[in-house]
Amino acid sequence: MSDASAQPQVHHLSPPTGFIRKHVFSLDHKVIGLQYYGLALAAVFIGMVLSWLFRIHLGWATAAIPGLQFFSPNGAPGGVITPEYYLSLLTMHGTIMVFFVLTNAPFAGFGNYFLPIQIGAEDMAFPRFNMMSFWTTFAAFLVMMAAFFVHDGPPISGWTAYATLSSVGRDAGPGQAMGQNLWAVSIALFCIGQLLGSLNFIATTLDLRTKGMSLSRMPLATWAWFITACIGLLAFADLLPACILLILDRTAGTSFFNPSGMVVSDNLQPHSGGSPLLWQHLFWFFGHPEVYIAIIPAFGIVAHILPTFMRKPLLGGVRVLIGCMVAAGFLSYMVWGHHMFVSGMNPYSAILFSVPTLIITIPFTVATLIFLGSIYGANLRFNSASLFCLGFISVFISGGISGFFLAQPSLDTYLHATYFVVAHFHFVMAVAAIFGIFAGTYFWMPKMIGRMMNETLGKLHFWLTFIGVYCIFMPMHYLGLAGNVRRYSAFTDNYLIPLIPVHKFITVAALLTGAAQFIFFYNLIHTRWWGPQAPDNPWEATTLEWSTTSPPPFDNFGGRHIVVTADPYEYGVEGGATDYVMQTTTGAATKH
Amino acid sequence: MSTATYTPPQTTAPRTRVAVPVVTATKGIPSQTGVWVAVSAIAMSFAALTSALIVREGSGTDWHRFVLPRILYLDTIILIASSFTLEVSRKRFAAAVSSSVAPSGSSASIAAAQRSDGLYWLNMTLTLGLLFVVGQVLAWRSLVFQGLLLATGPSTSFFYVLTAMHGLHLLGGVLGLIYVGYRLRRNARNAQTSLGTAAVYWHFVDLLWFYLLMVIVIRM
Amino acid sequence: MGKVFCVALVIITLVSVYPIFAHTWWPPPTISKTGPSVDHQLDETLIGTGVLFISSQLILAGFVWAFSGAKKKIKSWPGGATPVVAFGIIIVGLEILSLTFVGSKAWAAMYMAPADEHALHVDVQAEQFAFFFRYPGPDGVFGSIHPDKISDANGNYFGLDPEHDVAARDDIVVGSLAIPVNTPILLTLHSKDMIHNFYVPELRLQQDMVPGIDIPFHFTATTIGKYEIVCTQLCGLGHYSMRAFLEVMSQSDYDSWLKQQSGD
Repeated sequence: MSDASAQPQVHHLSPPTGFIRKHVFSLDHKVIGLQYYGLALAAVFIGMVLSWLFRIHLGWATAAIPGLQFFSPNGAPGGVITPEYYLSLLTMHGTIMVFFVLTNAPFAGFGNYFLPIQIGAEDMAFPRFNMMSFWTTFAAFLVMMAAFFVHDGPPISGWTAYATLSSVGRDAGPGQAMGQNLWAVSIALFCIGQLLGSLNFIATTLDLRTKGMSLSRMPLATWAWFITACIGLLAFADLLPACILLILDRTAGTSFFNPSGMVVSDNLQPHSGGSPLLWQHLFWFFGHPEVYIAIIPAFGIVAHILPTFMRKPLLGGVRVLIGCMVAAGFLSYMVWGHHMFVSGMNPYSAILFSVPTLIITIPFTVATLIFLGSIYGANLRFNSASLFCLGFISVFISGGISGFFLAQPSLDTYLHATYFVVAHFHFVMAVAAIFGIFAGTYFWMPKMIGRMMNETLGKLHFWLTFIGVYCIFMPMHYLGLAGNVRRYSAFTDNYLIPLIPVHKFITVAALLTGAAQFIFFYNLIHTRWWGPQAPDNPWEATTLEWSTTSPPPFDNFGGRHIVVTADPYEYGVEGGATDYVMQTTTGAATKH
Repeated sequence: MSTATYTPPQTTAPRTRVAVPVVTATKGIPSQTGVWVAVSAIAMSFAALTSALIVREGSGTDWHRFVLPRILYLDTIILIASSFTLEVSRKRFAAAVSSSVAPSGSSASIAAAQRSDGLYWLNMTLTLGLLFVVGQVLAWRSLVFQGLLLATGPSTSFFYVLTAMHGLHLLGGVLGLIYVGYRLRRNARNAQTSLGTAAVYWHFVDLLWFYLLMVIVIRM
Repeated sequence: MGKVFCVALVIITLVSVYPIFAHTWWPPPTISKTGPSVDHQLDETLIGTGVLFISSQLILAGFVWAFSGAKKKIKSWPGGATPVVAFGIIIVGLEILSLTFVGSKAWAAMYMAPADEHALHVDVQAEQFAFFFRYPGPDGVFGSIHPDKISDANGNYFGLDPEHDVAARDDIVVGSLAIPVNTPILLTLHSKDMIHNFYVPELRLQQDMVPGIDIPFHFTATTIGKYEIVCTQLCGLGHYSMRAFLEVMSQSDYDSWLKQQSGD
């Protein structure tokens, strides 16, 4: 009794009733996608506020931030941030942004919503696992937030939580007691949620494609989500045992990461024989693929949106870009040691890791060149979504270039742990990936909510953000070149004091750019309640999500069995009434 | 997030009320794909633990080998047996399916007999699985009596972590088999496929145990 | 809108590269024998990536201007994707090859080559939140380290046992690293609690100090002066203030300094 041989059936589904079933414990991938997106919105707001706080402290070390003392009397007595609280804010900022924003929004958020629709399916392969994966991620978020409120405060070991700072426990300093435990438990839960999610994405993509939807006809966004799910499967499966070992070292007296002879705060530690480098290997084997999990969906989203607003397909069709993403994903498992060049690991391995790291620039360079080459001869349409796509190309170039420096061990001896690294990863993750999320939002919000977003506000948001992020992160390269070490809560060293004015500039830019994000938040809220109705296909786009209503019905296509008859990016078609060909012509949408 | 004001096209097919969205699989069976994906993820996590073990063994001078509790070998036999009983159960259910579509008159009762046979062997598998876990607990107790606890040394730490992780995954398999058995008893649709899926998982857990035993014997 | 984007991007690009050309914020002059090879590598990389950066941003800007809006016939890049892909692979491939070739030599000289046989040995201990330096003293032998004897309160940072360990009796423990100029120095780096890092920007060198591992680290300083040693691996709340001084002196100044320390 197998499904594969049966004729594809059309089911008339009844939407769920009741508030809880419809909006809370929903099995509908669209609701779950929006839940993930909403969680990411809350997380990015919190992460952004954290960055304002510690950036103010960096520019003005004695500044008293009014009200902060009520939130954390120990961390900010009188509103002035203590060195340990600075590190807590920084740790939580990094953790929340990397995990709860960059892994959630572009992948779990948009992916959950649009992957089934783009392949013509009615839902994900395992709706119940899907719901479980969201609520597990939500639980992880709550546990992480709890770390703010424990007596000792949030952990101070950075989002990378290097042993032995993270693995000894209370003696290592404030935040390293319950705060670090909660962190580890939260991340472990997050891993489980992501693994369930990846499972769903892979099974759905492989098995639920509708008739005519061959793998090469899948849109690039779907490909990106699929590749990301494959990467995430192995990456999070590595992080989960690492967190378990960390928790055991902290609470059960084991010595996976703690060596012998450690004297912390004048207490001889009872551990012996462990290897602090083991944590780094386990963490970065996850950590490097993780940053590709953050960027590849954004890449796919931009690659998906650009053809619509260029009115022509990408150069080389979908195959070249798929090849780039697959190559990057594959290579991402071979480069983790480039975070550890000066860590004490064998210096010969530095060369071994450096080579694939440099090679991995090739697929990304090719993809960027493809984008550029595709714009040649295009008919660009400018709106918020397309502006963020073009902005993505620019900021991705900026971020990628600094990678060339850090990939070389001989330069890393100087640049490791300086602001040069901070500049690099912020440009590629915090800026480029976020631009991908913004582009996706402006592009898909009409479909998801059924209302058009305000274009004027969107363009204003773009310009302020585009200029703002360059003002924030470009100077960090110069700071790095000057040798400015990162994760310092204050600049008291002689050679750093002259650099403080640059930090002040960056802080002001950060606060202004952050303020500009409220235009976006306001736009979202305004759209939800007062935006004009969105037609089915406002962008004259071709892929399957535009062949259904805005928002789509419960079963995505209203009972129609979709047959795909065209490639995903047939734009610039001559001779017809329209310059594009939709991927499916099954059924007629009720509104245009 | 309101549902669209949409009028479905007029057809004569009856509206079915479903609690879970019923997805139409056209290119493969999702549960089969899913179980292989899950198996790869679990394998990866044990690969990470194995590499951690190898690094840890080399990083300190305190790797002490200990005598393996003999019950672990009995446990291994129990687990192998459980894989066999699961396969027998699957064959019975498959036979029941073909019997029920056979043209002969008594096909229904033959099918029913084969199904109840299948359920018997499925329950046998469950019992053996639970016996395995009991064996693990006994093995841990024997180590504790010898003073070999979780934090005693790296070799014991890894022993407990690896066996506990494996045991947890096995218990997950037990729960899965209970659920599948429940669906088979009700003769639910696609229950046969679920049994196949569960079997893949179960055999993987079996193989995983073999692998872990090898690692434990060689390095501990 | 396309024109606005183009102009904005050109301005951003030019403003971004200006400080690089003007060396507004720049590494301090190097004082290490291997420093110039790092600086050379840095310059090569800046030139190579600078060309890539400027040209790609300007191309993006130009294309956005040229290909915006009005209904024109859609054109495709001549030759399609193949020349673009080939160009990407070749250009980046060449860049990678040249950088790796030259860079590995620099890296090997710093981290893979063994220290000079006659290098001056200094033992370095890192802890939350200070560096301590130990010289072997007139006997030329370091005393052993006993972790159970380490006590910040008693000032026994290295856990020495002078009562029972003869070699430890004349060990000199100080808070600054004083070295003679143009002399190969071999440091043994270790940590008693967290992972720290020994970084002197002027040396163009840094190395993590990992508890449980003794890591050798060598260099030769070529210019007299006083430089800051800072910690770059997050080690706790005092990470920002963890600093010591590297004092490079003439041989005669160093000899008198050492004699003075031994006398204490």
